[in-house]
Amino acid sequence: MTLRESAIRYGFLALLAGLVIFFSLATNGFTSPQAAVFILQSVSLTGILALGVTATLVVGGFDLSIGSIATSAMMAAAYVMVVLEQDAFVAVLACLAIGALVGLINGIIICYLRVPDLLATLGMMFLLIGLQRIPTEGRSIAAGMTMPDGSTAAGQFDPAFLALGRHRFDFILPDLVPASVVVLIVVAVLIWFFLEYTRFGRLMYAVGSNARAAEFAGAPVRAYKIWAYIISGVFASIGGILLAARLGRGDIASGNNLLLDAVAAALIGYAVLGASKPNAFGTAIGALFVGVLLQGLTMMNVPYYTQDFVKGAVLVVALVFTFSLSGRTAR
Amino acid sequence: MQDTPVFVVKGLMKSFGPNRVLRGVDLDLHPGQVTVLMGANGAGKSTLVKIVSGIHPSGGGTMELAGTAFAPTTPADAMRAGVVTVHQAINDGVVPALDVASNLTLDRLSGKSAPLLLNPRRIRREAREVADRMGLSLDLSREVADLTLADRQLVAIARAMARRPQVLILDEPTSSLSSSEADRLFALIDRLRADGVAILYISHRMSDIRRLADRIVSLRDGAIAGMFEDKPLDYSGAVDAMLGRKSGHDAVDARCAHTPVFRAEGLRLHPGAEPFRLDLGKGEIVAITGLVGVGKTALAETLFGLRRPFGGTMQLDGRPYLPVNPADAISHGVFLVAKDRADNGIVPEFNLARNVSLPFVRRLSSLGIVRRIAERQRARDQIAELGIVCRSERDEMFALSGGNQQKAMVARWLAEPSRLLILDEPFQGVDIAARHDIAAKLRATADSRATVLFVTELDEALETADRILVMSEHTLVGEHVNRGVDMDRLLSEVAGRGLRGAA
Repeated sequence: MTLRESAIRYGFLALLAGLVIFFSLATNGFTSPQAAVFILQSVSLTGILALGVTATLVVGGFDLSIGSIATSAMMAAAYVMVVLEQDAFVAVLACLAIGALVGLINGIIICYLRVPDLLATLGMMFLLIGLQRIPTEGRSIAAGMTMPDGSTAAGQFDPAFLALGRHRFDFILPDLVPASVVVLIVVAVLIWFFLEYTRFGRLMYAVGSNARAAEFAGAPVRAYKIWAYIISGVFASIGGILLAARLGRGDIASGNNLLLDAVAAALIGYAVLGASKPNAFGTAIGALFVGVLLQGLTMMNVPYYTQDFVKGAVLVVALVFTFSLSGRTAR
Repeated sequence: MQDTPVFVVKGLMKSFGPNRVLRGVDLDLHPGQVTVLMGANGAGKSTLVKIVSGIHPSGGGTMELAGTAFAPTTPADAMRAGVVTVHQAINDGVVPALDVASNLTLDRLSGKSAPLLLNPRRIRREAREVADRMGLSLDLSREVADLTLADRQLVAIARAMARRPQVLILDEPTSSLSSSEADRLFALIDRLRADGVAILYISHRMSDIRRLADRIVSLRDGAIAGMFEDKPLDYSGAVDAMLGRKSGHDAVDARCAHTPVFRAEGLRLHPGAEPFRLDLGKGEIVAITGLVGVGKTALAETLFGLRRPFGGTMQLDGRPYLPVNPADAISHGVFLVAKDRADNGIVPEFNLARNVSLPFVRRLSSLGIVRRIAERQRARDQIAELGIVCRSERDEMFALSGGNQQKAMVARWLAEPSRLLILDEPFQGVDIAARHDIAAKLRATADSRATVLFVTELDEALETADRILVMSEHTLVGEHVNRGVDMDRLLSEVAGRGLRGAA
């Protein structure tokens, strides 16, 4: 393996290791289990959404509606519990159903009505941002809120639901690992295994790489594309559930950054292990990379308003890495 | 008709890397004449057109237009000098978002003398002049996006002719037109011919060629293989020059099939085409040959469930067969090695092993999980079976030569037993050694199934098949057992004379 090949293959992982070493030398407490868990927690929502959008990238599509699916799910969870007075189980089910339904609609608009993926999901994003405000006439949802007709909502967040955002599992230290991190890890392993080892994942890659060849090999191309959007929608709604559980209310102002952060993580993932293509492992590393960088910089007292700049810079470097460096050896 | 040529090409050469595409082409075009250029895929037609129209620089030789040297460096250059080309992709010649009038005058918008502001009335007036001269009866205010393909083509040609060029090159202009649409195009060409334009017309359609040609030039392997200008034109001679035998080849020991596997009756591939019957037997290899665009791919795609026939019935092993999609065809044991492997076959992100396993990844999986060891073993077996030259089954596809890529595409489908194996142009972009390997493998494994090849080059049919069927105008027009084939009859069938009332 030449130097260039190993640079392309392991460059990003080496960079991540370098960052970790640098921050642990430069700051106090960066290497503690608490700090590691904090990083994972900070990227858990982004990571889950990013893993979902990876599925659409694999089939050669894109999903811009994930951020608004997540916030819609959050609002729906709050509405189901606070206004409709249901329990945690119903709330979770409603969120997952919304994610799957929106994904299905996205897929149908793209595959059967032939709207380009970016435009279809952009439209869906807009639609959901508006839709989630209609039931409460633009108010955030919290226990005891005043309804549009002047009455007071009687329901409240189910403690079992709030536990999804606040419970911590014992691991090494008591009460260390939050539920959202466990969900992130489970979801990451599932989608990674699905994409890399199952025939469904294999054919999704075939669809994304050469849809005609996949069709000629007997693969139901449209069905695979639609399933990818459903996966993406469901993952986004899982993110929304965790967001609602963390906040304990349906906040119309939260979740603004989810889309961009998730897409960035998935695209950074192209550079990991020189894959030059969407992949679940890369996406997870991409999310982790952003989390490590931001946490380290915060601990070094770099101001919060530089965060987006840092994320953007990492994304640009990763994309150059993917498209310019590895492109040359691929010839 | 005048005798002095207006456009003369001498010894034109062109290479792409080690690949010599044009090996000294001599061609002259006369005013008021339609010269038809025929050539198989890869003969160098499009390269020739691209050099003449200024897209590629020439690699040697000279060109002269009306007595002065002609060496265009850009398409605009060629156009200004008076050589205008209408390319096969019609939409390169028109801007769909603008109206007809703007399209007809588009070339006047750029260049040094172009005005800064648009004057709609002037555009309309100039467009009207162009349209009248061409006999174009279209509403000039309509958007080109709303026009049919045929109308767009007429606009593209009229636009090209707005500059009053001396030479017009038409690259397969009728390939997507219906016959009534084509008639309007021919009327326009007649008009231009009468005006003294020298026309180079590139086509495979024998009916077009019979309708238009004043002379025929056959291009083969980058050189002129035949020139036909004595009336009546020798159409079979032109086809022979384009496709005929390059070399003495090994005679095939033609087998006869006894058990039928596939049968089609009254099959119609095109609304206006004659129905035909097709029988394919167990153990035999049948080659269906014919020029480009006569319906070979349409038949292959019909057998594989990618399109529906316009009439007739199909049977597989005695049972009715009408696949709704490729997955359905595959489940019936009907496999297709598609043509244009880069577009229809290869998954570029997958390595060799994953490309080979693609259609049958389900059979290589347990509980949905791909058994990777079995997958790689299959790839290694197929590499050995077909003699694919590679370092390992994990090689990337782009690392393989064209011949080895094609072997992988064939290997993909030979890995499982089939009832009917269809190969559409399996020797495209394949070197001679790989071609022999593939043909030998097909013959060696043919016993258990019916095999049908679609090939344009006669050599490929003669080298591989037990039986050769000839296709023309979307129907079968001839049948030959591959044993002492009557080449004159075969060539005249390819050229379309076997057809009753051929247009």
